[in-house]
This record gives sequence, structure tokens and C-alpha cells, in this order.
Amino acid sequence: MPEDTCCTPARRCMILSCSGGSNVGQLSNQAAVELTKEGFGSMYCLAGIGAAISGFVQSAKDVDEMVVIDGCPIGCARGVLKQQGVPERNYLVVTDLGIEKAKRFDLDPADIVRVKDAVRRMLGPDSVRPADDACCSGSGGDGC
Amino acid sequence: MKKIQILGPGCAKCVKLAQNTDQAAKKLGIEYEIEKVTDIKEIMKYGVMMTPALVVDGKVKTVGKVLTPAEIEGFIKE
Repeated sequence: MPEDTCCTPARRCMILSCSGGSNVGQLSNQAAVELTKEGFGSMYCLAGIGAAISGFVQSAKDVDEMVVIDGCPIGCARGVLKQQGVPERNYLVVTDLGIEKAKRFDLDPADIVRVKDAVRRMLGPDSVRPADDACCSGSGGDGC
Repeated sequence: MKKIQILGPGCAKCVKLAQNTDQAAKKLGIEYEIEKVTDIKEIMKYGVMMTPALVVDGKVKTVGKVLTPAEIEGFIKE
């Protein structure tokens, strides 16, 4: 297959988020989904990392840039990464933005925007870079 | 026998990683086989975010990098 038919240049910012059973867990997840759709980075599989599946773990270790979004200070996403020896980078806790944790799932769109904006501020404008060595990210953004 | 897989659609970088891997394995003098996995659905089963990726005996060793033969030797020996 010639080089010019290789798939799209890698978005080398991996987004990992909590998806827990609360408003802040789901805000984390939804922010990650929307940031991916907006082309900021690629949401990836925290559960796969937690399950110690080598492709997910190694991808997290080798990716150029990463953002980790936890819903609350319990820090489950952080704990998963620590357990698998993945260095933590660009860590955000949704409750640190002044959003109170509650057992409800009706998300305020303004809160989703707050989380996304906080992620963007954390990484700055150069977080998504064209690939150097990598030739393909088709498997990342399209599912895992 | 060491089973080595190179994950990637077959672009120049994937080809280069495969060449370097072959060189590394030959230098180590081990019995080995290299499989190039180019089908995207098969690649997705490994859970890698980027390609090329190096897999040794079923374990993903590197993702999104074209390694030198010397670097690859280390991963094969692990």
C-alpha cells in the first residue's frame, strides 16, 4: 500500500476520562466525547488500560500527549494509570472547577463547556500535532 | 519460535519497522517469524492508538514508532 493511501495523520493527544455513576463522571465522559468530535484529541479506552491489555497500556505510554479527566477527588482514572505504570500528564478533576458531585445524570450543557474549556486551557493551542513516526490513527478515533 | 507482528496498513513507516525488525531478529540469531498485520479491523483488535506497532509473542511493545534495529533487539530479548 503506497504511503499516500495511509490513513489520517495521528492526533497524538489521548483523552482518558472517568465515566462514573454521577454527574461529574458523566461530565468527564461527555467532555471527552465532544473534544474528540471537535478534533481536539482522541478519546481512548481507560477500561482497556485498567484491564492491562497491552495495546491500550502501551498506547498510553507511547502517545505524545495526554489529558486525564477525573470526575472527583477519588481519582479512579489516575489510579488506573498508576496501576499500569502509565505516567500521568495533564490531569483535571471536574469538581475542582466548582461543579458539585451529585447522583444525577441530567448534565448542564454549560458545565460540559466548562470542562472542555479547562482541558483546552491546560494543554494550550499546540496539543494536537501532526505525526512524526506514526503513520496511522485510524484504529484510535474509530474505536478500540 | 519468537512470533513478531508488525501492525500497520503498509505505508513506508510500517515497511521500515518490519525491515528493522527482520534485521534485529537476524542479528540475535533466534528462530522467528514476522507477520505483517495490515487489515485495519485486525489491527483494532490489539487496541493500539497508532501504527506502526510492534508486537512480540502477543504483547504490544511499542506504538506509533519506527524503531532502530538496536532498539528492537531489546524488545525481542525481553
